[in-house]
Amino acid sequence: MGAEYLKGLWDENPVFRQLLGMCPTLAVTGTVITGLAMGLATTFVLIFSSLVVSSIKKLIPSQVRIASYIVVIASFVTIADQFLKAYFYPISKAMGPYVPLIVVNCIILGRQEAFASKNSVGRSLIDALGMSSGFILALLVLSTIREILGAGTFLGYQVMGSWFKPWIIMILPAGAFLTLGVLLGIALVIERKTKRS
Amino acid sequence: MELAAIFISAVFVQNFVLYYFLGICPFLGVSKKIDSAFSMGLAVTFVMSITAVVSWLINNLILIPYGLDYLQIVSFILVIASLVQLVEMFIRKISPPLYQALGIYLPLITTNCAIMGLALIAALNEYGFVETVVFGFGSGIGFTLAIILMAGIREQLDLADVPEPLKGAGIALIVAGIMALAFNGFIGMLT
Repeated sequence: MGAEYLKGLWDENPVFRQLLGMCPTLAVTGTVITGLAMGLATTFVLIFSSLVVSSIKKLIPSQVRIASYIVVIASFVTIADQFLKAYFYPISKAMGPYVPLIVVNCIILGRQEAFASKNSVGRSLIDALGMSSGFILALLVLSTIREILGAGTFLGYQVMGSWFKPWIIMILPAGAFLTLGVLLGIALVIERKTKRS
Repeated sequence: MELAAIFISAVFVQNFVLYYFLGICPFLGVSKKIDSAFSMGLAVTFVMSITAVVSWLINNLILIPYGLDYLQIVSFILVIASLVQLVEMFIRKISPPLYQALGIYLPLITTNCAIMGLALIAALNEYGFVETVVFGFGSGIGFTLAIILMAGIREQLDLADVPEPLKGAGIALIVAGIMALAFNGFIGMLT
């Protein structure tokens, strides 16, 4: 059980190891709060989709399975989108089209096809939790770096002294690409170091 | 003039890949050779233009008049998935040479977030019909431009001495970052 959960955090981390879900990872990590909101929304959708798909897997004919998964996922994305709009309007506004776009996040469809459709409800839940944690971890690392360097703040609180001049590039799209590119390199170095020892 | 601004903005300023981060998967996956990058760009432009038309019709003739906006996500994704299938069958029947060129790229497009993003962003901006079509076509051209430039750079990159851990996706993202920075210069075109 533990291994099922932990593989999502590092060995099969969706962003750093599998390069899935790149669009939201790059798009909403300008600030920590939007990164976190994206992580939690995706977690909600992934967990409930996995629960539904793993419990009705025997009823879905294999020819239309992808379409069925997409309908299940789209329903939960709609719930998440409406919920954010109703209770956290400013955050929903700041995230723009990226909340509805969770529906095409390859992590979610990927887990249904690769895991939830073949495993029990319990194991699918653990797998979904692990993958979501890995995704949140990646979003938090990226958004923390970008917000601190790009605005000198963390979750909106000033953390850098007055001597610090914000790096505007980190808030621009270019900063997202550069940071993630370097992080992927670092993740590979860590991977190799730990494999060797 | 308004339409020209939407087109230029979609191609250069708010480029789908470099500004909205949509379609990153094919952008990184199919950008190793210029030929295949061009075919992918063509397929995306084609599907984007059709999606723009269809999604506008659904949104403005069915969803909004009947107060069904909350079904936007479900209906867009279903329509796009079946549309791509339909386009694939249609091209195979009508023009085998075109199918040869685009064939393997069309199924890939179904799961391409750029197509879904196009439908959502056009709806979010409340574009009219003609504006939506121009936006869809322009976004496709913008995607094509970005992926061809990327492929050109990556062909050269094969010969360069890249640090071992950055090989592959790492250096591709860093190159994309520098490209995004260059495209930032186009912002001035709209003011």
